[in-house]
Parts: sequence; C-alpha cells; structure tokens
Amino acid sequence: MKIIIVGCGKVGLTLAERLGSEQHDLVLIDSSLKKIQEIPDDLDAIKLWGNGASISTLLEGGIKDTDLLIAVTESDELNLLCCVIAKKAGDCNTIARVRNPIYNNEIDFIKERLGISMIINPELTAAVEISRLLRFPSAINIDTFSKGRVELLRFRLSSEFALDGISISSLLEKVKCDILVCAVERGETISIPDGDFILQDNDYITILGSPRNASEFFRKIGFETHQVHNAMIVGGGTIAYYLAKILIAMKIKVRIVEQNVERCEQLSELLPSATIINGDGTNRDLLMEEGLPCTESFITLTNLDEENILLSLFAKEHTKGKLITKVTKISFDHIIEKLDIGSVIYPKYIMADYIVSYARAMQNTIGCNVETLYHILDNQAEALEFSIREESPVVNVPLMEMHLKKNLLIGGITRHGKFSIPRGHDTIQIGDTVIVVTTRKGLHDIRDILEK
Amino acid sequence: MNYSMIAYIIGWLLNIEAAFMILPCITGLIYRESSVKAFLITMGVCLLIGLPLTRKKPENKTFFTRDGFITVALCWIIMSIMGGLPFLFSGVITNPVDALFETVSGFTTTGASILTEVETVPKSILFWRSFTHWIGGMGVIVFLLTLLPMSGGSHMSLMKAESPGPSVSRLVPKVKSTAKILYLIYLGMSIVELILLLAGGMPLFDSLTTMFGTAGTGGFGIKNDSMAGYSTYLQVVVTVFMILFGVNFNVYFLILMKKPLQALKSTELRAYLGIIGAAILIIAFNITHLFGSFFTALQQSAFQVASIITTTGYATTDFNLWPECSRTILVMLMFVGACAGSTGGGIKVSRFVILLKTVNKELKQYLHPKSIKKIKMDGKMVEHEVVRSTNVFIISYLLIFSFSILALSPDELDLITNFTAVAATFNNIGPGLELVGPSSNFSGFSDWSTLVLTFDMLAGRLEIFPLLLLFRKDTWQKF
Repeated sequence: MKIIIVGCGKVGLTLAERLGSEQHDLVLIDSSLKKIQEIPDDLDAIKLWGNGASISTLLEGGIKDTDLLIAVTESDELNLLCCVIAKKAGDCNTIARVRNPIYNNEIDFIKERLGISMIINPELTAAVEISRLLRFPSAINIDTFSKGRVELLRFRLSSEFALDGISISSLLEKVKCDILVCAVERGETISIPDGDFILQDNDYITILGSPRNASEFFRKIGFETHQVHNAMIVGGGTIAYYLAKILIAMKIKVRIVEQNVERCEQLSELLPSATIINGDGTNRDLLMEEGLPCTESFITLTNLDEENILLSLFAKEHTKGKLITKVTKISFDHIIEKLDIGSVIYPKYIMADYIVSYARAMQNTIGCNVETLYHILDNQAEALEFSIREESPVVNVPLMEMHLKKNLLIGGITRHGKFSIPRGHDTIQIGDTVIVVTTRKGLHDIRDILEK
Repeated sequence: MNYSMIAYIIGWLLNIEAAFMILPCITGLIYRESSVKAFLITMGVCLLIGLPLTRKKPENKTFFTRDGFITVALCWIIMSIMGGLPFLFSGVITNPVDALFETVSGFTTTGASILTEVETVPKSILFWRSFTHWIGGMGVIVFLLTLLPMSGGSHMSLMKAESPGPSVSRLVPKVKSTAKILYLIYLGMSIVELILLLAGGMPLFDSLTTMFGTAGTGGFGIKNDSMAGYSTYLQVVVTVFMILFGVNFNVYFLILMKKPLQALKSTELRAYLGIIGAAILIIAFNITHLFGSFFTALQQSAFQVASIITTTGYATTDFNLWPECSRTILVMLMFVGACAGSTGGGIKVSRFVILLKTVNKELKQYLHPKSIKKIKMDGKMVEHEVVRSTNVFIISYLLIFSFSILALSPDELDLITNFTAVAATFNNIGPGLELVGPSSNFSGFSDWSTLVLTFDMLAGRLEIFPLLLLFRKDTWQKF
C-alpha cells in the first residue's frame, strides 16, 4: 500500500517505522524543514518539506495513487483539513488525529460528513486501554473492533464454572446476557459453534459482545474478573478525564489528585460523581490521607514520566492494588519494563498500534467488498465487517431462514451506531454494518456467506 | 482510618474518666453514702475496657483530619455513656435514656436536668454531675492531649474538632503546650473563684459545685431554686465569673504575656461585652417594677444575662415570669452564645461578627457591584475558608434546629416550650421558657424527645460537623 504521513513528530515517526517494516511505501510530509532533516536516514521513505494541507504538496507526494493518508500534526484543524483535501484530491482512505474533547463529542458527524475513515484521539485510546486493564485480569485476551463498541474475549473454560457438558443455547439461557459464543478451540481444532454445540472443560471459548454485557457475562458464570471497585488517579489531564468517565460509567469510585485549582474546578464540573482532590500528587501524606493503602488501583497520569514512575514505586510499597503508569517518552522503555511497577502505558504506542492495525485491516480488504477484516485467534479465523449498501439476497430475510455456510456466524449488526447481537428473527437492512466471524477464508462479498 | 489509634485514645479517655471518678468517691466517703459503690463499679467497667486498649501503643501513628473528627465524636458519646452509669447504679435515675441525657447535659456544659428533686440526691452524685461540667468545659480531648505522647499533627486535628469557634489558633508553637496553658488558665481561674466563694461564706461543697458549673459554663444547681438562695455577694461573684469564663481564653493568655492592650482590642471581646452591657440595661429597665429598686433589678438582670449569654444556665429568679421584652432578649442571647475559644456554647460572638460583616459586604456589593471588599477582623483579613465555613455552619445549625423542633412536636407541648427546649440544649444553656423554664425541668419529655435533645446537646458542643460525620456512609468506607 502507498501511505502518506503528514506530521513527523514522535507519533509520525513511530508510525513510519512500524508501517515501513510492513513493506508499505511511505511518503512523509512536514512543514518544518528541521523535522524533515531529523528523520533518521535508515527510514526508507520519501521525505517532503511542505504544508500537508496544500494540494500541490499532496500532488507532489503522489496523492492520486495513495491508498491511505495519516494526518498526525500538532493541530487538530490542520489534520482534518489534510484529510478533507486528500479525500477530494485522491479519493483515498484518511486517518486524522483529533485530540480536542469538543470535537470528540461530534466525531460521528465529522467523520461522516467530511468522509474521514478514522479519527483517532490518543488520550481517549489510552484511557480505553487503561480501563481495560482495570476491568479484566490477564487470563482474558481481548480484541476490539467496530471502534471499540464490540469486544472479542477469549478465555479458558475451567471446571469452577461448572459449564462442562452444557450446550451453548442452554448456557445463554442460563446467563441471559446479550453475548455470542463465536468460536470454540478444542485442542488443535477451531469451530464456529451453533446452539447445540456442547462445551467441555479446558475449551478456549471466544465470546463477542459489548464491553458492558461481557462484564456481566463473566460475573454470571462466576469468573472472578477482579474488576476494581475504586481507582485513585494522580494528575488530572485529558486522559484522566476520559478514564474517569469510563470508570464512573462502570460504577467504579474515582478519586483524582490534581495540583492546579482551576483544573480541579473544571474536573469537578465535568465529573460530578468523582472526588477531586486539590494537592500535589507527590505529597506522601496527602496520598496516605486520601486512602492510598486501601485503593484497588493507582494510576499515575502526570505530565512527568519520572514523577509517574516514582509515584508507582511508592504506591507499590503501600498498596496491593493494580498499578498503572503512564510513560510518554519511549526512549528508556526497556529499563522501565524491568522495574516492578505493574502495567506501563505508552499512549503513543497505543495510538500507533491502532493505526497500524487499521492499515492492516485495510490492506486485507483490498480487492474485495469488505469494510475491514481482522485475523483473530492466531490467524485461524477472521472477523469481517461488511457495509450493506445495496439490495442483495441477504437483505430483509430473517437470519433463521438464511442458509449460511458452515463454520460461519453473523456476530453483530451495527445499525445507526448501535451494536446488537442478532437473533433468529432479526434481519439485515440496507445501511447496516454486519460482523461475520468465520474460519473460512476468502469471503469477498456479503453474498458469500450464503451456501450456494 | 486508623482504628487502632482511635481505640488507643478512647482507651485513655476511659482511664482518665475512671481517675476523675475518684473525686466523687471521696465525696461519698466523707458523707458516708452508699452511692460510692456505684462509682466503684463504673470505674471498674471503665478500666476493664480502658486498660487493655491502652496496653500497647499502636504502631501505625498516622492520624488524619477525619480520624480526629471521628475520635472526638466517638469519645464524647462513649464518655457520656460511661458517665451515666453511676446515676443508674445508684438508682438516682432509673431510665437509661434519662441517665444519658443527664450526663450529656453535664459534659456538654448544658445544665438541663431531668431530676425533679435535686436536694434529695446523694452528694457524691451531685458532685459528679457538677464535675462533668468542669471536665467538659475545656474539653476532655484537649486534656488528654496534654498527657498523651502523640505527634503534633494528630494533636491539631483533635483540637480543631473539639474546640469551639470558627478557627483555632495556637498560643505557642507546640499544640501540646497550648493545651497545657489553656488548662492552667482554666484551673487558675477556677481556684480564684473558689476562694472568692468560700470568702463569701458558702459551704465548701456548694462552692465546689458552683465553681464547676460556672467554670464550665454548665449550670447544674445543687438546690431546687438554683442560685436564688445565696447572698447578693455570691451572686455577683458568680455573675462576674460567668462573664469571665465566656471570654476567649486567648485574651487571658495575652494578659499573662503582659499584652493587655492587645487583648482589649479584640473585636470579639468588645462585641461580647457590648452585647452584655446593652442587654443588662434594657432588661433592668424593663423589670424594675418587679423588684422595686433599680439596683436589685440591675443585679438580677446582670445575673440572668450573664447566665444565658455564656450558656451557663444558673438562675436567681424565675425569668419565665418576666415581661415579654426581657424574655425575648434572653432568647436572642441564647443564640449569640459566648466567645470562641471559651468554655461557653452557642453560635459564638465571633461568628456573628463575621456574619454581620458579610452582610455589610453584600449590601455594599449592591451599591457598587464591581467593588472588592475583604472581611477583616482585629486588623487581619478573615480567610475566605473561614467565612464560607461560618455560613455553612449557620445553615446546618438552622436545619438541625428546625428539624429538632419538628421531632419534638409529637409530645404535644406548646411551641415556646419546644423552641426554647431546643435552643437551650443546642446552645448548651440549660433552662428555656414555659415548661422548661428555670423553675421546671426536662422530665416532661418522652424518651424519643429526650434522645433528640441529647443529640442536640452533643451537636451543639462539638459544633455540629464531627457528629454529622458519623452518619455519612463514606466516613466508614475504606476508600
């Protein structure tokens, strides 16, 4: 694929390195000559000095035959403008980094009307990652798609759940959760089960559902997910705001320590149910008074990496809770990994991960009618997202009346931005996005799901 | 929350309370009363709980503000329960609710009683009843502070929670020494009063109990007619000392430090004396026709005004029978209360000074909407935090006040009785008007109402917030 990256800051370079190693053709654009000159020589890419939103620069970069443009400059507006112009000039897919929370609330509108394929907010993605760490133990593997609305969770059935010999339909009846068992691994074989499939202990099963329903499912089958009940956050920046919002929605008590009084007042206005504490997060007594020894999770999100690491080391001595440390600079990651400070979050890595996986999914779909395609379960199965744009044999037919191929499952339908797990009576409508999980490879069109 | 530390302090409190009970024991022995047994049993109970709790010093010494508030609130409740046991064991009071009311009334220096016939009660019990005033006046926790080896931080949070008034100041850098100085001033003034009373020919037992009542601004009498039976000289001495104990103790410290001028410049002191002077004069004119001579009226008026504003609650006459104007002024004085940092209760003069200044500032804001005015007192700026917490205090005060009156209403007593009963207990005064007037007492209330009034007394003494904290869910949650 040919990819243009506008903005050669840390994220731009990280992306360039990762995408370059996956054999994509890269063009890097930045308006600062210094930054262009500082790009390491071993990066195999065209380096262009110019404004990424100018049509002449883009034409020079070869926008006409570009597949993907990624705009990651410092400015949200510039990123959006780059994407709009690139879309008009070259009809390529576009990804923009937009971090202003105000735009974030209007993200669907912006994406749809401006024709941008993906808008990524580094703070929000970091917050989502952190919340996931707080929600689930490492015994559960998580994949997300449909922009985080849907999660695939894979875990091993152990005897304590007492699910041995139970069929999937009776399991769902028992737990009454809106989730779908979409794959079962037994030994070497992977099967996409139907309702009569009998589960056994030591099967690895993968369920699909919204984050909320998934949590409920684990609770009901008796899988102790060790979801934390409270969280102490030091540093009240944007990540802290997004994180607190997610945690509060999951009924987790949040306490934020922030130094700046005005920011505290803002946060208290934005997050009425969180306890906002004005004080220096490195004040030992303050942390102890505010219940550090009793907290079940401690998240350091200040702007100083050193402070975050020291705080986590300090917290390690006083609490048994989960520790999460944010590190912005990535130069010393191998040293930090050696410290025993729980999970370390690199917001820039996370963002690069998201973009790279999008690029991969995009590449997978080249030449077929698939919106995105994810390889899941160690490449043994695929989850495909189809957009339904036109009339076809699958539209308006109840799912139970369709003759689907074997080892194939319709995992979810997103209609008007709302995700649901389809049942037998549901139908696919024009405008829906349909998720299909299958072990059969090579589906090119939604019609391919039907048995010929 | 540091429970082991809280338990440790409570343990010490019980030990000290047991030690305090030695005095009524001695009284009982002198008068050869059987009630000594009641005290011995109570001391045993206190030590049985207290000694194991204090045997080992807790290792975790961290003590935060909220621990301070909770400790103080719990200490006062436990201390009152224990202090009520002698009344029950000796059979003087049979109803446990009444016994609790009587002790809380003692420790909070209220002086409201449910005993109808005081003069038949054993002397040792009367002594203990009055002695609780003296203990509660300056605060037990502050007393504990002078004895317990603890870090400065925990001292301050305890002192903040127990000391009356909008803000607490240190006299000397060390909180422990501050507490010591306060207690020495308290003790010194008590002894001076005792000597003056004895000089006036009052018997030792009467002098001691009267002194306890005055010093703690409590007001338990040992006679059915309170102070009416004593000579004019004794009444004047008590009047003067009631007013003196209602003054902020910082003033005495300044005088001891040979800075009397600075002491007299205190806005609060001036306001306090001004209110007293004005009230005495108005009432004296208003009641002259009752007593015949203006001087008798002035002396009676002075005694009653001093007794009410300092929240003591002694009476030399039944002011319930006075003209409406005088009665109303007395009720108003109930709310004013004494100075901050004294042994008295009520809303406190300094809070009123701050509130009036806030009102003045607000009015000025209407005339000059963009003006900026800071509230100053004694030449220093009053911190915004203090102004805010004063306002919040008043709101909470009014809410509790009105809900208490509502809670008393099922007893079907008249509104003046209920209103003044709450005013007299919430402000730690003692007598109110009508059925709870100086010549009657609180025995007419149901158990439920007695409990409400007991709560009011504690809330009033601890200035509401420490007690309310006990009822918050997240106070007891770990995170």
